[in-house]
Amino acid sequence: MLDMPPPSNAGGAIEHRLDYADGSRRRVFVTHVETPYPQGRLIVSRTDTRGIITQCNQSFVDMSGYERSELIGQPHCLLRHPDMPAAAFRDLWETVQAGRQWHGYVKNLRKDGGHYWVFATVVPNVRDERIVGYTSVRREPSREKVAQAEATYREWIRS
Amino acid sequence: MSFNFTVSPSFPAERISDWYIFNTWLQRSLSIPIHLELHDGFDAQRAAIEAGQVDLIHANPFDASLLVREKGFRAIAQPDGAPDEMVVVTALSHPAQAIGDLQPGTRIACANDPCVNTIGRILLEPANLNADNTLEQQRSTYIQVAKDVLRGQVDVGFMPVGAYRGLSSIVRRELKVLVTSDIQVIHHVFLIGRDLHSRADDFVRILLSMHETEKGQDLLSALGATRWQPIQQEDVEFMIDIISTLTQ
Repeated sequence: MLDMPPPSNAGGAIEHRLDYADGSRRRVFVTHVETPYPQGRLIVSRTDTRGIITQCNQSFVDMSGYERSELIGQPHCLLRHPDMPAAAFRDLWETVQAGRQWHGYVKNLRKDGGHYWVFATVVPNVRDERIVGYTSVRREPSREKVAQAEATYREWIRS
Repeated sequence: MSFNFTVSPSFPAERISDWYIFNTWLQRSLSIPIHLELHDGFDAQRAAIEAGQVDLIHANPFDASLLVREKGFRAIAQPDGAPDEMVVVTALSHPAQAIGDLQPGTRIACANDPCVNTIGRILLEPANLNADNTLEQQRSTYIQVAKDVLRGQVDVGFMPVGAYRGLSSIVRRELKVLVTSDIQVIHHVFLIGRDLHSRADDFVRILLSMHETEKGQDLLSALGATRWQPIQQEDVEFMIDIISTLTQ
């Protein structure tokens, strides 16, 4: 996965290094700008069993800040925000690989370094009793739940 | 042997006669006897499905989930046009201007449509509203839902976009849409049961060419579409995966 280029108006953007479970690393630039979740929408995407994006709806494209062509074929962790603890994603993968549904609050990183919060549900796509990929559907969370998740994730990262 | 055809009961009442005409067209095109049974609500339809009394169905996405995954139905085609979306409405005079203005204790009017009600519930989540802190009143029709909202007997109503647009302009003027869903990826779909799988190619052929005749075009138009589109089983499976994330 390519490093994120420094934003043209880098004032306020903070550089982070993300370490992924497969040992790879990525440099990202993060701002404090939150993009409000668009009312009434669901963000839908689908990956293969390795987490590579194979399909997404327009809401996914719009909220990520990327072009569709920049998303398809990329690992889903392209959207990982440094404020999200690795343990949350570990739990997600262990749950869905076991054939169960996972849900939780997620802070996603946009291409421009900003973020957006979602309530995400991920299900394994089971065909002929075999997991062939994963579908993720995100919806708008309440601000109360976002505040709770922010506090929890901060605590997880600290510990 | 006659096959039983039904339609998920979320369609506007004024289309009942059009579905009977569609059924006649279907029988003649396929040269097989088909009986159309329009059930009075989702409970009656689900009972008919469980009793094995449905062989063909124009199903909403939630019914499609049950029928494909648990009953072995096969997807044949889907109507073109806008995907299935719904609105949350309130009275024009209600103080709420957005979903976020709704408070615990909100009273909801809805019909017995699990598809619309599930999505409606999701649209209330940003206000931290759920089944535990709201009051739901089910009504038989969307006209009754609109009346309850207008009379102030409830705070909000759930209805499909099609039903909202079907209300008279006088009623719509007195309503305010707080949010319209924009899900983009769930649609009604035409399904056939196991006893008709051997005729699947015939169904696909006649439905996909229906728009090629003037009569077919008129009938499609009456049903709110311009043509049937091909659908792969995997498209339906994907839609069902999406539905499963909404219902748990």
